[in-house]
Order: sequence, then C-alpha cells, then structure tokens
Amino acid sequence: MSPPGIIAYAGYVPMLRIARACIADAMAWANPSLRQRGVGERSFCNWDEDSITMAVEAARSCLAGQDRDDITGLSLASTTLPFADRDNAVIVAAALGLDESVRCSNLTSSQRAATSALGALAEGMQTGSRQLLTAADRRLAKPASDAEMSFGHGAACVLLGSDNTVADLVGSETLNRDLVDHYRASGDSFDYGFEQRWVRDEGYLKLIPKLVAKVLDKTGISIDEIDHVVFPCSTAVAAKLAATMGISPDCVSNNLAASCGDTGAAHPLLMLCDVLDRATPGQTVLLVGFGQGADAFVLRTTDRVAGNRGALTASLARRREEPNYNRFLSLCGLLETDWGHRAEHDKRTAMPTAYRKRDALASFTGGKCGACGAIQFPLTPVCVNPDCRKAHTQQPFSFADQPARVKTFTEDWLGFSPSPPSIYGNVAFDGGANILMEFADTCPGELEVGMPLSMHFRIKDIDERRHFRRYFWKPAPLRGVT
Amino acid sequence: MASGIRDKVAIVGMGCCRFGERWDAGADDLIVEAFEECIADAGIERDRIEAAWLGVFFDEQSIGKSALPLSMALRLPNVPVTRVENLCATGTEALRGAVYAVAAGACDIALAVGVEKLKDTGYAGLPERTKGTFEDLYLPNFTAPGAFAQLASAYAARTGLAMDEIKRAMAHVSWKSHQNGALNPKAHLRNRIAMEQVLEAPMVAYPLGLYDCCGVSDGAACAIVTTPEIARSLGRPNPVTVKAMQLAPSNGVEAGHESWDGSYTLTTRLASQRAYSEAGIGDPRSELDVIEVHDCFSITELVIMEDLYLSQPGEAVRDILDGVYDSDGTLPSQVDGGLKCFGHPIGATGLRMAYEIYLQLSGRAGERQLSDPRLGLTHNLGGIPNRNIASVSIFGLLEK
Repeated sequence: MSPPGIIAYAGYVPMLRIARACIADAMAWANPSLRQRGVGERSFCNWDEDSITMAVEAARSCLAGQDRDDITGLSLASTTLPFADRDNAVIVAAALGLDESVRCSNLTSSQRAATSALGALAEGMQTGSRQLLTAADRRLAKPASDAEMSFGHGAACVLLGSDNTVADLVGSETLNRDLVDHYRASGDSFDYGFEQRWVRDEGYLKLIPKLVAKVLDKTGISIDEIDHVVFPCSTAVAAKLAATMGISPDCVSNNLAASCGDTGAAHPLLMLCDVLDRATPGQTVLLVGFGQGADAFVLRTTDRVAGNRGALTASLARRREEPNYNRFLSLCGLLETDWGHRAEHDKRTAMPTAYRKRDALASFTGGKCGACGAIQFPLTPVCVNPDCRKAHTQQPFSFADQPARVKTFTEDWLGFSPSPPSIYGNVAFDGGANILMEFADTCPGELEVGMPLSMHFRIKDIDERRHFRRYFWKPAPLRGVT
Repeated sequence: MASGIRDKVAIVGMGCCRFGERWDAGADDLIVEAFEECIADAGIERDRIEAAWLGVFFDEQSIGKSALPLSMALRLPNVPVTRVENLCATGTEALRGAVYAVAAGACDIALAVGVEKLKDTGYAGLPERTKGTFEDLYLPNFTAPGAFAQLASAYAARTGLAMDEIKRAMAHVSWKSHQNGALNPKAHLRNRIAMEQVLEAPMVAYPLGLYDCCGVSDGAACAIVTTPEIARSLGRPNPVTVKAMQLAPSNGVEAGHESWDGSYTLTTRLASQRAYSEAGIGDPRSELDVIEVHDCFSITELVIMEDLYLSQPGEAVRDILDGVYDSDGTLPSQVDGGLKCFGHPIGATGLRMAYEIYLQLSGRAGERQLSDPRLGLTHNLGGIPNRNIASVSIFGLLEK
C-alpha cells in the first residue's frame, strides 16, 4: 500500500490588505510599540467573507481539475466558524457540490485544528479514498493589540489520498500539553494572551524540538536531510527553533508575515502550500503545528510536485490595499457605523424557501433545457428561451465554474452595503443565461461591459437581529484575462 | 374578432391634487382633493358613479389593501370598488379597469383613482421591501436608481456612444423637465436648474446623479369615464376618448436570457406596437402631438424614446440634445414636469399623465398649453429593466 499523501493543495488569501504602518498611524497613540511593528501588510476579509467562504475558495482552487466524485470526507478546521451549532462543514460541502454521502467534520478550538485533522485523517485513510481538508481563520483583534498587527485572514486546503500525490506523508507524531499561551472563551470575540517570552521558552522551544526528534527517530530521517521546515510562529521564534535543533536557517520557510499575517488554524497548511510551490521532487519537509501541544509531520515531495502550483501566489498577488483604518475596522465588524434607514430592512431568512432552493443557493445550480440547451437561473418549470418555452425540460446545471462577462453594471451609493457602493449588474453567462448579481472584490471605476468574471461563494446578507448569515454566489473580475 | 378599445370610452372629468411632500395630508385627503376637481369637471352627481377602481402600490405605507380606503374616503354609495396594483403602472391599471368596464357595457359611468402617500415613513426615499422569499436570497439588494442605471452602461456598449455624451443627453432630459415643472402649479419641483448642476451633482448610482432621479412624492389623481354618447349629453360635443390601452409584462426573458442586451425595455416595445395598432397609428413620431413617458430616471426617458419608436435606434441622444422633446420641440414630452418634477406618487402616476394629456387635448393646460394637440400618449414602466410592466395608452379627441 502506498503511503497517504497530498494529491493537491491550494492557499487562499482574501484580496484586502492593510499596511501595518496604517494601523500604527491610527493606533500608536494607544500603544507606541506598534510603531516598531509597522512593517509589511496583513490580509483581512471583506464584509462578505468568513471562514466558510475562505475555506470554499481554497477548496475550489485545490479541486481544480480534480474529480470530486470519489471524495469520501470533508474536514473543516477553524477557530472562527460562524455557527456554533449548524454544521459549517456541510455548508462548505454543499457549496463544493460534494455528494451528500461525504462524511463532514468540523475541527475547531485549537490552532492545531488543521494539523490534528491531518494526523487523524492520515492514520485512518483507506487505500483509494480521497479526503478533503480545508482550513480557514478570520480571527478578530482589538484595536492597538499585537494581534491586530500579527493576524491575517486566509485559508488553505489539501486533498489527501494515496494516488498521484505531490508529497507523501512519511510519518507524524503528536503531543498534547495544556500550555495556555492564549485562549478565547466560547462566545468571545478576542483572544487573551500571556507573555510571549514565556510561551517561547516553555512552549515552542521545549515542546517542538522534543516532538521533532521523536518523529525523525520514528521515520529514520536525520535532521540534515530536511530541506524545508514549516514553523507557524514569528520569524524570531522560528530562527531560534532552527538554531536549537541544528537546522540551517535557509531551510526555514517563509511565515508569510510580510504579505498576509498569521492565519491561525489555517497557517501551517498555508505555509505548507508556499513550500510546495517552491519544493523540488524528492525533498523532505518538516511540518509543525502548535497549540496546547504540537503536531509534527515529515513529508517527502514526489515527481509530481511541480504539477499544480501557484494558487497561493496568485492569491497573494491579487491584492487591494485599504488605506483607511476606520474602513478596515468597519469591514471587520468592529465599528458601529450608522448605515441609515435603508440598513434597517429585515433580513429574516425564509427558511423553508432556502431549504427548497438549497441547490440553487449553495452550489449555484440552475437549469439546462433538455429541449433547446439554454442554461438558466433559477431553474424553473418552463424554459426561459423565448423560442422554446417548453415545460419540465430542465436538468440541473451548475453555474459555479461557468464563464461569464459583465453585461451591465452600476455603482450604487444609495442602497445599503457594508462596503459602499453596492456594485451590481447583469451577468451574461456562456450558454445563454443572464443573471442580475452583486459583484465581489471590485471597486468603483473598475468594471467595464464585457469584462470576464469568475464566480465566488460569499455572504449574501447578514441578519444582525438574529445572528444569521446566508450565502450566495457573486461574480468578481477575472484579472489578467481579457 | 376583438375590435379593441378605440373610441369606445370618453373621459369626462379628471382631477389631480398638488403633488409633493404633503406633510399636511393623508392619503384620504389627497383622494378627496383630486376627486373634488374631477367630479366638478365631469358635472355629475357622485352617486351616478356605478363602479370604481383604486390603484395604490405601497399599501402598508399608504392606506391599506382592498376597496375600503376609496369607498370610505369618498363615502361612495357601496358600489363595486376594485383595488389594483401593477408596480409603477398601477394608476394606469386603475384607469384601464374603469375604461374596460364602460366599454364592456357593465356600467355607464366609472371612476378610476390612483393614490400614494410615501412621505409618512419618517425617512427619505422609497420604503425597503421584500422582493419575495426566494428572490431575497439571491438578487442583489438593488435600488430603483441602481437597477435603472444598468441601462446606461448597456446603451453605451450597444451604441458605441461615450458615456459623457449620454450623460449630456440625460442632463438635458432633467433640465427640460425642470423647465416644464416650473410652469406647473401642482408640480412637486418647480425650480429651474442649470445643466452644470445636473452634470456636477453627487452620484447616486453610476452614472445617475441626483438630478437624474425623480423625487419621492405624495399625490392622487382620478378620472371619470363614460360612453361617448353620455359624454355628449354632458356637454362634450368632441370629448377626449381612449384610443388604446395596452399592457405588456415581462415573462422572464430579460432577467434570464441572453437575447436581451440590457440596453432597452422589451415590454415598452411590445406594448407600444400593440397600442399603435389599436389606435391606428402608423407613424407615431409624426402623428403624436404630446407624450408623457415614465421618466423615473433620465436614462429611462432616453431609452424609452427609442422603445416607443419615436427616435431611431441609437438616435435618442441626438434627438434629445436637438430639443425634439422639449416643450417647443416637435414632440413635447413631460410638459407637466413628468415624474421628475411633477412627482411620482406611484399609484397616482399613470392617472397624472392622463390628466396632463386630457388638459392639453381640452386646451386647458394654462401656461404650458401646446398649440392644438390632437393625439397624446402616456407610458409607464413598473419594476426594473430586468422585469417590468409596461403600459402604453393613447388618448385623442373623438373627432380629429
């Protein structure tokens, strides 16, 4: 039996960035030490992104060109799942159009959520089966906190299996230790952290070397053979760890602090995506997760490692800097902005309708007419093609990956949007459909008629009164394509 | 074979209240104000009315559902009252019901009333409302200006005209309506504006600025209709008659199918073709003397001129800038100020348009009276370009 490994991987970083200098400019009055930390930029979610939508983005990139039919499990790892009791992973599975027989699980309440899941999945993996592990975090931070500087938002996904792997899992070890470097109580918005020097000395520097020695011993690999190490921690701590363990500084992989920040439970996998984007065949990778203990994995890249690269690089390149700190706060939901009367519109969800239309809403499934071939959304009993209009001819058809272009658009400063203006318009899909849709990831002055688009699973509305959110798909400009 | 509505029904009385922010009046007050003018004009007793139609759109904000608000406001003698609603074509629908009842011989004298009381919500703009339990889950949270602004980008793409040029024509549309509204004592907005004001106004929904949008107004308008014979007996030897009333609702093609390019209103084209046929009009541009179109936004009026087959495809911009639709042009439009300046109390709007055509054909339009108009058109567009109700009605003198 071939060892389980990674068949495909992808990282996703939301488009918005804020320069740390911008945060320091706004908040150093409260915490002057922010000035020293005002280097690089961090990513953050737009109002319509959360851990679910980012996990979907990463998974869709990861699954590009992959057959989804033989996936048997979906694991969603995050400490910031929007629902405490509603299966978040099932929402992701539905958005991906996975079969309802796929086993879904939610892994949470630890920065090790993803690495713990990776270990458990690898151990329990049946030959021939494929498992999807997608991780995302959107951790909030108080203004002027260190966390506000260091955190980023992002997601990463790996498709696990034993055939056609880009990297094989050679071995793993785990260690549990209730060292409370920080915590976030259930229902709280923010972390509470303890002295970082103590966490460094008693946590990272004591627990990780011991665990790594164990996994190297188990797999019979010497420290010299390691080409890349993934330490999801600060640059300084990573350097000290490498020095302690006798690992060359050149092997320490980029912690992405300069370009996106620490993406929490997703970060070990996100850094791994970055490593795999650069690794050559036959290299050895040490992957570590940390949080109330540690996980350590040894992976070895295969000849296929150069095959399916670049999702994270593309995501990092697809950036827009937000120059306004107040807007950053507002988009994070941390500023009580007065949106006027139009925002008072009740967004209670008609749940029986939402359930009946779940395929339309979750996987963007419309119809394709069996008589004339016209695709259309939503799927209705009678074909919309004026030259057809036949009844009961519609077959389900997913619009999620259907090429589309801007037909019309406006930038609406009147209607409510948490990020004005609300930009929406008619979208023309190849195959004949037209849908009036809200655009994502765009800004005034960017759209043009005829611009190519890609579809993205996003928050449609947030019901502030009932703490519910609903999702739908939005087109975004397909950059670099004409 | 059906013979249509042409010349089967005459209008013998019309009334319209002063439109605007009527903080002083409730919907019932507005109805009574319009009705008193209307019944005096008709010269009949209230109890000769045998049936009535009430048009109101935002029922919760205005006066509630059903026949009751009209029957009670006017203390009608318990005659049948039908409440109708068809988005911004609501007022015209009320009139169509009354006209069809008379044409069918079901009654001799019928009343149509349209009313909307929008300014009692305590905030500016139209009330937010649900689009439907499913539609709310996937359609954008669009506004009326945002939905109609879509026409502009598509029109520019289709015609190849620069947006700056289209914007100049749109500005002319609004400038012209303000010129006209200034002469109308019942209009909501009676100020003249400069072209620069329009072009430099704050953006509402690209490319629509503040002056590209009609106001939110309170108002009511009504009509009393009867047979041409009875009209003559009431002292109208050559009454204003209905030449055509046509309605075309979308069936989903625009919203869902590629055959619509987003730059025009399909329903207006269909309704106007039928209306011209019903009225026996071969060349609307030369035969019509005065028109009132649904200028909810300046871009709407612009594309409507082509959809009504008044401007050639792609030439509305030039015609507008040439002054064709100005009050001194060859086909005056919105002589009363239109939705833009007379105001747009939704349920009343269709009847308000008919009121202006009626006054013009009767030679009673005061300062804004045109020279001897014989044939006029009203047009409503309810909804948004993606899915809407278009109505096209034509009125004229019984004997040309």
